[in-house]
Amino acid sequence: MNSTTLSAILFVAFVAFTLVLVFRAGRSNKKSSDFYDGGGSFSGFQNGLAIAGDYMSAASFLGIAGTIALFGYDGFLYSIGFLVAWLVALLLVAEPLRNSGRFTMGDVLAFRMKQRPVRGAAATSTLVVSIFYLMAQMVGAGALVSLLLGISDPAAKNWIIGGVGILMIIYVTVGGMKGTTYVQIVKAFLLMIGAILLTVMVLWKFGFNISDLLGAARDSSGKEHFLEPGLKFGKDIVDATTGAIDPVKTLISKLDLISLGMALVLGTAGLPHILIRFYTVPTAKAARKSVNWAIGNIGAFYLMTIALGFGAAALVSRTTLFRGYKVDADGCLMDAKGVAIADGDVACTTLDHVKDLSAGAKALLVPVDPSGNVAAPQLAQFLGGGEGTTGGAVMLAVIGAIAFATILAVVAGLTLASSSSFAHDLYANVIKRGTASPEQEVRVAKISAIVIGGISIVLAIGAQGLNVAFLVAIAFAIAASGNLPAVLYSLFWKKFNTRGAVWSIYGGLASAVTLLIFSPNVSGLATSLIPYVEGGVRFDFFPLANPGLVSIPLGFLFGFLGTITSNERNTAKYAELEVRSMTGAAIGKAVQH
Amino acid sequence: MGVQLSSTENERVWAETQASPEFQELKRKFRGFAFPLTAAFLVWYFLYVILTAFAREWVAQPVIGNINIAFVLGTLQFVSTFLIMWLYERHSSKNLDGRSEALRDKVDRELAK
Repeated sequence: MNSTTLSAILFVAFVAFTLVLVFRAGRSNKKSSDFYDGGGSFSGFQNGLAIAGDYMSAASFLGIAGTIALFGYDGFLYSIGFLVAWLVALLLVAEPLRNSGRFTMGDVLAFRMKQRPVRGAAATSTLVVSIFYLMAQMVGAGALVSLLLGISDPAAKNWIIGGVGILMIIYVTVGGMKGTTYVQIVKAFLLMIGAILLTVMVLWKFGFNISDLLGAARDSSGKEHFLEPGLKFGKDIVDATTGAIDPVKTLISKLDLISLGMALVLGTAGLPHILIRFYTVPTAKAARKSVNWAIGNIGAFYLMTIALGFGAAALVSRTTLFRGYKVDADGCLMDAKGVAIADGDVACTTLDHVKDLSAGAKALLVPVDPSGNVAAPQLAQFLGGGEGTTGGAVMLAVIGAIAFATILAVVAGLTLASSSSFAHDLYANVIKRGTASPEQEVRVAKISAIVIGGISIVLAIGAQGLNVAFLVAIAFAIAASGNLPAVLYSLFWKKFNTRGAVWSIYGGLASAVTLLIFSPNVSGLATSLIPYVEGGVRFDFFPLANPGLVSIPLGFLFGFLGTITSNERNTAKYAELEVRSMTGAAIGKAVQH
Repeated sequence: MGVQLSSTENERVWAETQASPEFQELKRKFRGFAFPLTAAFLVWYFLYVILTAFAREWVAQPVIGNINIAFVLGTLQFVSTFLIMWLYERHSSKNLDGRSEALRDKVDRELAK
C-alpha cells in the first residue's frame, strides 16, 4: 500500500469518526441556545483542549515548522507571539467575558450600548476576521491534501476545497457548538500525539542533544546565520548600487518585525472564534481553568515546533523542502540575477545534483515555492524510513491526516463564530430588533453557516495563489485593531459608550484594511498580489507589510475619541456590567433593555 | 427566573453592590494584580522582539554549544508565560474566587427577592 492510499483511508476514517460524533451531538442538542454554547456545561479541561484545537491552525502546525525549516530562528518568533498572546486572554478577557456575555462577542460590546449600531459593527468585524481566516485555512487544505494525495490537477484541488467547505457546514449545522467542540477536542488530541511522536523521533536521532540538532540544522541549511534572527524578518537591506546597508529601508524592515510581533500578541484575544469558546463553560473559574489547560497544551506544542522545524532543516534535503530551485533554460541552477551558478570547475549543475554543490554555491540558490508548508509531513516521511519505504508511507499518511484534521477543526470553529454572530447580532438584534424567537434565530444561524461556507469556498478557490501566512496575519491584525480595543474598553472603561464602540471597531478595521491595501503586500513588489513590473502600477504608499504597529494604536485612539466626543454615559448599566463581570451574578440571563 | 423585579429595583442592587466595600476590595485585588502583570509581560515580550530586531550581534552570541542568547531569551518567554499563568491561578484561587462567589450569591439572592 502506498502513502496516497493510506492517507486517503485515514482521512476517510477521521471524517467518518467525527461525523458520528457530530450527529450524536446534534441529537443531544435540546435547547435552541445549545447551538451557540453547546449547553454551556463543558469542563475547563475539555474546553482547554477544544481551545487548543480551535487555535492551532494549519498556520501553526505546517506554517511554523515550514518557516523554521527554511529560515531558521525567525519561525520561532511566531511560536512565541502566538503563545504569549494567551496571557492577554487569561488576565483580562476570559473571565469577565464569560460572566457578562452569552453567545457572541457582540453580547459584551453591546451590553451597555445602543444595540443596533454596536451589534452591527461587532458582526461586521466578526465576519471580516473569520472569512480571512477561513480563506487561509481552506487554501492551506487544498495545497496540503492535493500534495499528500498526489493530486496536481487544479480542478481536483477545487473539489478538495469544496469538500472541506461542505464538511465544515455539516459539522456546524448538525452539531452546533457541541459537535464542533468534540471535533476540536479529537483534533487537539491527535495533533499533540503527532507532534510528540515526531519530536521524540527527531531528538532520538540527535541523542536528545538540542545543541547538536541545531548545529546539524545550520550545517545542512548552508546558512551561517541560520540559528540567529534575521533571515526572514527585519532583514538588513543592502542598497543595490552602493553595496552599503540602506539605513531607512533597514529600519522599516525592523519596524515591520515589531509590527508583526504586536499583531500576534494582541490579535488572539480579539479573535471571535476564540472568544465564543469561553461561553461553553458554566463559570468564570472554569473559563480560567480552560485557558490554563489551553496555555499548557499550546505552549508544549509550540516548544515542539523547535524540534519539528530544525529537525526538518537538519534531516530533510533543502531541495525537497523548497520543492525545487530556479533553473535557467538549459536546466542549470541559477542565482538571483539569473546567471548559472558556477561551482569551482563545474559551470552548470542540474537540479538532480544540487546536493553536490559547495556551501558557497548553495547560498546562491533561489528557492521555488518557498512556503515550506509541507516540511512537517516530509520530516515524518523521512523519520519513518524515507520515500519508498512502508514506514515512510505510514508516517507521511498519519501526519498528513492529522494536518487535515487540524484544518477541519479550525474551519468549523470559524464558521460557527461567524454564523452565530450573523444570527444573534445581525439578524435577531439589528434586523428583527430583538423580536426573533430563539428557534428562528438558530434557523438563521444554520442558513448563514451554509452561506458563509459557500462564500468561503468560492473565495478560497479564487485565492489559491495567496500566501497562507499572509491571510492569517491579516486576520490577526484586524482582530487586534478592530476587536481588542472595543473588548477592553467595554470591560474596563466606565465612560465607554456607543460612539466609542462603533468608532473603535470600524476605525480599527478600516485602518488595518486600508494600510494593507496600500502596503507592499498588494502592489510594488514582484511578489505582491499585483506583481510589480518596471513602469507598472504601484500604490504601496505604506511601507510595512504588517499594519498592526499603526492600526492597533489607531483602533484604541478612535475608541477614545468617539467616547469623549459623545455625551452618552450609562452609569447604571456599567454598574451592572462591572458587578456581573467580576462576580458572575445573574450569569446566562439575558440583559434587560 | 423567579419573580422579576422592576428594572429600577435591579438597578439599585447593581449600584449598591458596585459601591459596597466588598466589591471595591475584589476589584482592587483583581486590577492591582492583573493590570501590572499585563504591563510587565507586554514590556518583557516587546523587549524580546526589539532585541531580536536591533541587537542581532548580541543575541547571536553562543551560550552553550550552538544554543545562543536568542534561543535562551525565546525559551524564557515560554517560562515566563507558564510562570504568570501559575501566579495568576494562585492569586485567583486564594484572593478572588471566594470573594466573587460570596458576592455572586448575595446579588443573586437580592435579585430573586
